[in-house]
Amino acid sequence: MELFTNQVLAGVATGAIYACMALAVVMIYQAIDHLNFAQGEMAMFSTFISWQLMQWGIPYWWAFLATLAISFAGGILIERLLFKPLAKAPVLTNVAGFIALFAIVNSVAGLIWDFTIKQYPTPFGSSPFLGSQLISTHQAGMIGVTLLMLVGLYLFFQFTRIGLAMRAAAALPESARLVGVNTSWMIALGWGMASAIGAVAGILIAPVVFLEPNMMGGVLVYGFAAAVLGGLSSPLGAVIGGFLVGVFENLAGTYIPGVGNELKLPIALALIITVLVFKPAGLFGRTIVKRV
Amino acid sequence: MSAAAEDAVTEAPAVEAVPKRAMTLGTGTSLVILAALLVTPIFVKNFVVFQMTMVMIYGIAVLALNILTGGSGQFSLGQSAFYALGAYTSAVLMEVANVNYALTLPIAGLVSFGAGYLFGKPALRLSGIYLALATFALAVAMPQLLKLHFLEAWTGGVQGLTVMKPDAPFGLPIGQDKWLYYFTLAISLAIYIGSINLLRSRSGRAFMSIRDNEIAASAMGVDVAQYKTLAFGVSAGITGIAGGLSAIVVAFVAPDSYTINLAIALFLGMVVGGVGWLPGSFVGAAFIIFVPNIAESISKGLSGAVFGVLLFLVIFLVPHGARQVAMVAQHLLGKLTKKN
Repeated sequence: MELFTNQVLAGVATGAIYACMALAVVMIYQAIDHLNFAQGEMAMFSTFISWQLMQWGIPYWWAFLATLAISFAGGILIERLLFKPLAKAPVLTNVAGFIALFAIVNSVAGLIWDFTIKQYPTPFGSSPFLGSQLISTHQAGMIGVTLLMLVGLYLFFQFTRIGLAMRAAAALPESARLVGVNTSWMIALGWGMASAIGAVAGILIAPVVFLEPNMMGGVLVYGFAAAVLGGLSSPLGAVIGGFLVGVFENLAGTYIPGVGNELKLPIALALIITVLVFKPAGLFGRTIVKRV
Repeated sequence: MSAAAEDAVTEAPAVEAVPKRAMTLGTGTSLVILAALLVTPIFVKNFVVFQMTMVMIYGIAVLALNILTGGSGQFSLGQSAFYALGAYTSAVLMEVANVNYALTLPIAGLVSFGAGYLFGKPALRLSGIYLALATFALAVAMPQLLKLHFLEAWTGGVQGLTVMKPDAPFGLPIGQDKWLYYFTLAISLAIYIGSINLLRSRSGRAFMSIRDNEIAASAMGVDVAQYKTLAFGVSAGITGIAGGLSAIVVAFVAPDSYTINLAIALFLGMVVGGVGWLPGSFVGAAFIIFVPNIAESISKGLSGAVFGVLLFLVIFLVPHGARQVAMVAQHLLGKLTKKN
């Protein structure tokens, strides 16, 4: 039983990473109805910016805030320059655009900061949390920040004018335009927010996986799995999905014989496919009814 | 986000409709290109011949994806999995069971067809981005599955398998590379013609009706589920043949040659070549083989960025890929001949 509790706790801790990433994935999916394959690379780039700021001697939290602002602006800039002209293009073209963005960001980060692994500081410390050996204060802080972000997003979308306008623009663009919502800018805003959330995710993950241009590869796959599991239309679902994927991955690695570390990824992916087949809308997503 | 009781989703079809005649090249142009392909190996170095063979092999794989996406309107980011399956089937048959290399290809095709059909069964309930995600998952998982311990006796585990490169038969006086070039050319040609005929047949029309409007297709009596799975199977089967060919030509298979990057490359090849335009598959294949090299030669450290920028240029300037270029060229040519 103790093994079980420990594994669940460890799973929750890794799950927090996936939850952060899933939240960013869901944000952008809400705004543009596409999965951004370059999301992980954008987050990695933001993390490098914050690292650079700290190298220049700026204190952690100031660097954190500055990175959020830069990422937000960067997200909007990318949308305005590259993806707004593609808004009416077929989905395939958009996916190709994401892949191009992925290649560019990854390569530029490699050129500026090279591919050596870098240590990344944590403001929470890494001592055991409440005496538990399995979960460190950094991981606890990570879970805390993820939940805080979730609450913040909920309040933003439920109780602010812009939040309402963004929801309207995502749900029914034509009607939203008729009542005076600038839907085009709402999409840009969605990109900016997703980029900022990704930056938070990157900064939180970096102390665990270490900072390097390819740090997001595996994490993004799990982030997708989490987002799909929770439902692509629900930020709460994405976060719960993230924790579930983390716990599931750990339990499968421990209790299913022959799984071990090698097969963890295929297991996570089998989970995606199973969920997609039996409940395409995810655990918390809303089913989209099409009018014929 | 709050739930609306009913969302009216007026969705544009994921893939633009391509008129059937616009899917191929004219007979004259095709024959000229074929003649050029037959003669070229006499004049160029062996390495170039090898690269051209690889272009054709990737071309077949892109063509397979094109049948799935351009034909039936479904996505796949998991083609590398079927490519790997075909490659391993051929390699294992040749090395472990000593089967003649040419005979392994139809078996590789059948095995991949079966796998694609079975994967397509549950996957056909998904559409658009969800299908892309499920196939993406398959592609990511494939290298791990190939490394499994209990398969190591056949697959060679992480190390992979080395395959004997076949010599030209009947004592023909040409080198291995040139022989494999002509061998691949013959198979590409057969698959190309077969695919065109498939898309012109009853089944092909069923695929395209599903692509354009699923509901209308089922109202006209097209068994949507059956044909979607079939398209998936056929596409996987052809990809498997391409994979088998690659195992013979490269003479080596290893799990890490078939990562998600391969699937992404094939996908890009299709977009660059023009979705739904079959000859474009080979143009797209040339793009994914040569452009990374060009990018590397422009800037070593930034090769990824250069590749990305070139890709963005293609997307912005010629969103319909090589098809658009070909059509503009045809148009200009028509104008010129009229003047004279």
